[in-house]
Amino acid sequence: MADDIFQKIQSQIQKDRIVLYMKGTPSMPQCGFSQQSTRALQAVGAEFASYNVLEDPLLREGIKQFSNWPTIPQLYIDGEFVGGCDILVSLYENGELEKMIQAGPSA
Amino acid sequence: MEAQRIEAMIKAAIPDADVRAVDMQGTGDHFDVVVVSAAFAGRSLVQQHRLVYGALGDSMRQAIHALALRTLTPEQFQQELVTDIGAAD
Repeated sequence: MADDIFQKIQSQIQKDRIVLYMKGTPSMPQCGFSQQSTRALQAVGAEFASYNVLEDPLLREGIKQFSNWPTIPQLYIDGEFVGGCDILVSLYENGELEKMIQAGPSA
Repeated sequence: MEAQRIEAMIKAAIPDADVRAVDMQGTGDHFDVVVVSAAFAGRSLVQQHRLVYGALGDSMRQAIHALALRTLTPEQFQQELVTDIGAAD
């Protein structure tokens, strides 16, 4: 059973370059951390796919196990886990986020 | 949950760390935590945060949701001090 959700997540993070697992949606975030994260991404002009874990309990649990990370939101870039809200905000503040968004698929 | 306990657990796992946990709201359920350690050098932010989360362990699983975490190497911390204070050369 766990494999199904892992496979689903795997295909999600490969389908789009930038993927945010969050509570709510970018236009209606349901928690402050998810809201901060979407704002940071929007501020650097990122185009990103988002998945609302509040609508999918299996995803909500699955993504935490998949990433081995206890909290939501979670950001993936080019199939790699980048971090949660604290990390995202740090990367935004030091200019790294913008660079990561602009960089193409890793060479 | 107390700031001192959080600091102690992190220091126990990362011995050279300078840790500051502050209960900004005074409610005991949200802490701003800054950890400065040479052990962070060369690691991604995810790896740095995992080190801190690992220090808190299962007993503090709920605590993780209460933390706003910043991790820095000693060099990065010094750089911030210089920037904040606006120290002249």
